[in-house]
Amino acid sequence: MAASARDVPQATGEQGAFRDKLVAEGLLVPSRVPGVTGQGPVFVDLRQRLDARISKLVADEGAIAMEFPPVEPRHDMESVDYLSSFPQLAGSVFAFLGDEAEALELGEQAHAHQDWSGHLQSAGLVMVPAACHPVYPALARQPVPADGITIDTGAAWVFRHEPSDDPCRLVAFHMRELVRAGSPESVGAWRDTWRDRALAFLQSLGLPAAFDEANDPFFGRTGKVLARSQRAQKLKFEVLVPVGGDNPTAVASFNAHSDHFASVFGLVSEAGPVHTACLGFGIERCVLALLFTHGTDVGGWPSDVLAELSL
Amino acid sequence: MEDKILAVLLEHGRLPVPADSLGEGDDLYAAGMTSHASISVMLGLEDAFDVEFPDRMLTREVFSSIASIRAALDELATAA
Repeated sequence: MAASARDVPQATGEQGAFRDKLVAEGLLVPSRVPGVTGQGPVFVDLRQRLDARISKLVADEGAIAMEFPPVEPRHDMESVDYLSSFPQLAGSVFAFLGDEAEALELGEQAHAHQDWSGHLQSAGLVMVPAACHPVYPALARQPVPADGITIDTGAAWVFRHEPSDDPCRLVAFHMRELVRAGSPESVGAWRDTWRDRALAFLQSLGLPAAFDEANDPFFGRTGKVLARSQRAQKLKFEVLVPVGGDNPTAVASFNAHSDHFASVFGLVSEAGPVHTACLGFGIERCVLALLFTHGTDVGGWPSDVLAELSL
Repeated sequence: MEDKILAVLLEHGRLPVPADSLGEGDDLYAAGMTSHASISVMLGLEDAFDVEFPDRMLTREVFSSIASIRAALDELATAA
């Protein structure tokens, strides 16, 4: 059967009950749309503490801070073939560019909750689907230093259109990424080192974390070729933690891009060919993993975990 | 068959070298074909030969050389 972009993974196992508990206790604030979820004060506090703890973890990396808005030029998403790989996840911004008469029509249709999308045109923007995406065109503005460079995106809002009742599958969430550009050998070693460090870090928070080889959710039959190719080349690792589903949930990922982004955006270095890699923490998923593992009564968490998060 | 495969590679392979300069067994990825170009090649082959690659053939290896593409198409032709 042909894949449809409407086939979004839904909650399995205890995920639905876990979400209901988080909502009932005010940790999560649901909206009319699944996966578009607000966060109550306890959740926000945990998210910020975890992000601060990650800042401590990466302090010795000497990463350069660079933050971007949650929208990026449509052209950049097109250039990296995102719409061939993940058409089902992409979000695109359309805006009203018409006159007064059309605005009246638009307003009336919108008031009646009818389909008003026909009045819109592309604003030339897309939603950023991964915190690292805006980094590559930015890195291309000057040569990559001979000994490489690391960028820290901070906890950035990203968008992936997969509305789901699984509390871990959010349409918009925070992703904290480190992006490394440099020689092929140094970038490969960097990714493996950080995979091990990140795994040890998440285990130090009392999480039953393990890492595994993985692939991205490429779309359709052609996506199978891309996914199997990614696995065969061991380009992606994930750190997985059980969060109530039939399968454990990825809370962090480690990706080698070879020269994919470097060649698209023209990254150059006097030291020779440039490769890139990134690691990303899904901040909400890490918090959800902590809440699932240790319970929603944060005061009752193991004292060493509380200490790690300065609680 | 070889001419048709070359025509598809020329149109969809986004190769930095002329497709007809490649040998049967040359690694197309090493010659500069990206993963995304390989799926365009896959769809181009399905159109040109009026076949649908089954699930087990949706791998990197099948599209890695002219010889491996020919073997897959031969197998589909025999099965048909």
